[in-house]
Amino acid sequence: MFDTFPLWPARASTTAGSVDALYIFLVALAAFMSVSIFIMIVVFATRFRRRKGVQAEQIEGSTPLELTWTVIPLGIFMVIFVWGAVIYFRERTPPRGATEVYVVAKQWMWKLQHEEGQREINELHVPVGRDVKMIMTSQDVIHSFYVPAFRMKQDVLPGRYTTAWFRATRPGTYHLFCAEYCGTMHSGMIGQVVVMEPAQYEAWLGGGAAMGSLAANGESIFQQLGCSTCHRFDTQGRGPNLAGLFGKPVQLEDGRTVVADENYIRESILSPAAKIVSGFKPIMPVFQGLVSEEQLSALVAYIKSLNQPPAGAAATPSLLPGTKPQQPKVQ
Amino acid sequence: MATAAITADRTNYLNQEYGIKSWLLTTDHKRIALLYLLSITFFFFIGGFFALLIRLELLTPAGDLVQSDTYNKLFTMHGQVMVFFFLIPSIPAVLGNFLVPLMIGARDLAFPRINLLSWYLYIIAGVMMLHCILTGGVDTGWTFYTPFSTAFSNTKVIEAGLAIFVAGFSSILTGLNFVVTIHRMRAPGMTWSRLPLFIWAHYATSIIQLLGTPVLAVTLVLVVLERALHLGIFDPTRGGDPLLFQHLFWFYSHPAVYIMILPSMGVVSEIVPCFCRKRIFGYKFVAMSSIGIAVFGFLVWAHHMFVAGISLYSALIFSILSYMVAVPSAIKVFNWTATMYKGSISFATPMLYAFGFIGLFTMGGLTGLFLAALGIDVHVTDTYFVIAHFHYIMVGGAVMGYLGGMHFWWPKISGRMYPEFWGKLAAMIVFIGFNLTFFPQFVLGYLGMPRRYWQYPPEFQVLNVLSTAGSTILAVGYILPMVYFLWSMRYGKIAEENPWGASGLEWMTSSPPPTFNFDHTPEVTWEAYNYENIPAPEEVAVER
Repeated sequence: MFDTFPLWPARASTTAGSVDALYIFLVALAAFMSVSIFIMIVVFATRFRRRKGVQAEQIEGSTPLELTWTVIPLGIFMVIFVWGAVIYFRERTPPRGATEVYVVAKQWMWKLQHEEGQREINELHVPVGRDVKMIMTSQDVIHSFYVPAFRMKQDVLPGRYTTAWFRATRPGTYHLFCAEYCGTMHSGMIGQVVVMEPAQYEAWLGGGAAMGSLAANGESIFQQLGCSTCHRFDTQGRGPNLAGLFGKPVQLEDGRTVVADENYIRESILSPAAKIVSGFKPIMPVFQGLVSEEQLSALVAYIKSLNQPPAGAAATPSLLPGTKPQQPKVQ
Repeated sequence: MATAAITADRTNYLNQEYGIKSWLLTTDHKRIALLYLLSITFFFFIGGFFALLIRLELLTPAGDLVQSDTYNKLFTMHGQVMVFFFLIPSIPAVLGNFLVPLMIGARDLAFPRINLLSWYLYIIAGVMMLHCILTGGVDTGWTFYTPFSTAFSNTKVIEAGLAIFVAGFSSILTGLNFVVTIHRMRAPGMTWSRLPLFIWAHYATSIIQLLGTPVLAVTLVLVVLERALHLGIFDPTRGGDPLLFQHLFWFYSHPAVYIMILPSMGVVSEIVPCFCRKRIFGYKFVAMSSIGIAVFGFLVWAHHMFVAGISLYSALIFSILSYMVAVPSAIKVFNWTATMYKGSISFATPMLYAFGFIGLFTMGGLTGLFLAALGIDVHVTDTYFVIAHFHYIMVGGAVMGYLGGMHFWWPKISGRMYPEFWGKLAAMIVFIGFNLTFFPQFVLGYLGMPRRYWQYPPEFQVLNVLSTAGSTILAVGYILPMVYFLWSMRYGKIAEENPWGASGLEWMTSSPPPTFNFDHTPEVTWEAYNYENIPAPEEVAVER
């Protein structure tokens, strides 16, 4: 029956089941409450319909009753709140070690890039059973990345990264919608998420043209733009050493401490004066308008990759001057 | 058949003066209410026409009836017209204007000329909006989200923004007038605890209008300035923040939902006791829940932004606060239902609308619990689930209450009875048409159909066809009352002073009331809803 007249979309992620469980609970609660009120109204309307010689009985009200129907709903509401919050918390906290996909949205297209370097448009291929974190930004207006089968939605904003994650559980092809109105072809800004068995996915990855990983791409941009002249991998550079930076707290010139996440790196490239690292001079040029969103994604991926120790070597806390930066880890 | 008896054995506010000037320069709150009635009805049918075109487009999955740009303008202008030019002024500016002075025993509002000014502001805003619509329209969605509205849309954003800016001042002035009137103009003996709940609801509404609307005005000015002068307030490439707009916009526009629904709740709180012949159950709780809604309503705005990019912890705060605002609404529903217990219930048209209101508002409120639950909201926000939810509140709730109130007070307003049979029939048609239109949209939304889609995947078609079918039924239900109200002005049975046997000072003067409402200032010595002392009418006049 549910095939011809479904009540929910396919469940294809680890969160889909828990969202549906709360949904079904709420549908049951809502049905119970509205049916109860409906029955009460029907019963009262029949039993107490106007009859000759029968007067209404004047009742002032009842404080105990009022308290009852204040406190009990409030209690039920708190249960729903906590239940919904737990799901949200999980949905909004990407697990460590998730594979990252960089998304750039524009009117009216989704551009996606895998860590491995594969680029896709309006289509995302992912394997079953792997955590995938989306790092998303928009080139123009606000969009929203929505995959109903994953019960996942996140607005995609210009000028910053927003993130979302999922772990697909069922192979198949699912809708990808833009859920935030974005102009003329908003309803055409759709695509699909293709969930594949891991082996198939590896084959698909291998089938693409070899264009190097996203981080390697970022490294060459890093060289081209001349970033490497100041951001050296020693203590002699005029800019901070970026090795091991990602995810760490950074002491700023004005005394604040911020965590170096994707948005910090993004901002420090586009408008470096916004946050000056303690001990450095505000000499970096502004890159706002000079690098594309795709280049930014690559740069962010590259700087993140600098956290990984070089293959085969033990952890090297500080590199010697002139050492080549490490190769990014390929997952 | 009714005989068209034109008896005007005494002067009232309608026949006191004749001529167009006596209407356009009137300061009588009752005449201004009628001016508002005409104007908002006009905009209701414009907004409704857009809605029908939207539903027709969605009959098929392909975008085939209108162009995508046209479709985007249709849903934008449907929202703007319905929200700012119909729903917000609907009950306050028509029924509130007419009834607030009557119910508290005053001769007029505190500032009669400001009252007329607010109608003129509304008309200026309306003309600007019409001009905007006729010369190309606007396609930002009624929400004006930046940076789309400020930097990308090629339509008349500035004009629409300014129209709504002006309409906002009309709303502020009405709210101001009501607050002062309710504080200062109550008849002797009309204490706060004797006020009809309609007045309490309008008091709460007016506070929101006064405190919330200026924020909308500021926000729209910022949008206009940003669009015209590229200030960079919302533009991330100039250090602005597009999310700031959403915070400012919803700081007004969430409370605005309560501007639309609270007056309706006030109407229902008048109708239910009257047709149950009973004092309302838990008067103080119903009154205070209106104030509670007005206060908590200001603290929940960011529940529109759970997936917009706000922090995890602020989402938690706004989720829990949203549940807080649900409590006073639940209290009201329970009290209305309890009022029926041991009543002497009759089923005239206003009561049918009140039943409809309770049912539909309950469903709207319960589905609000879904949306306030963070984990569910992520999936259903920006889908048809939200569309269905707020139409259950704003059409199922607010419009049902408005129509119920219009039938209840029509004898007082026009001095004529509407035809009861047609009234009941229309109430049923509206209820059925409404549910058929909007219930399928809950399912559509959970299945994942995003809102504001001009074309959609074919698997959503069946539910969309049901919804479109419902909307045509709903349209009939809305056109009927307009026809028979007009008919009744000439052919309706002459209304008595108090045809329903209702409590309340407005029923203690003639129908229609004289220009200065009461021959002598009434002195109130009884509690509100003193139905034990008012005999029920013999039989509600049935007009065939």
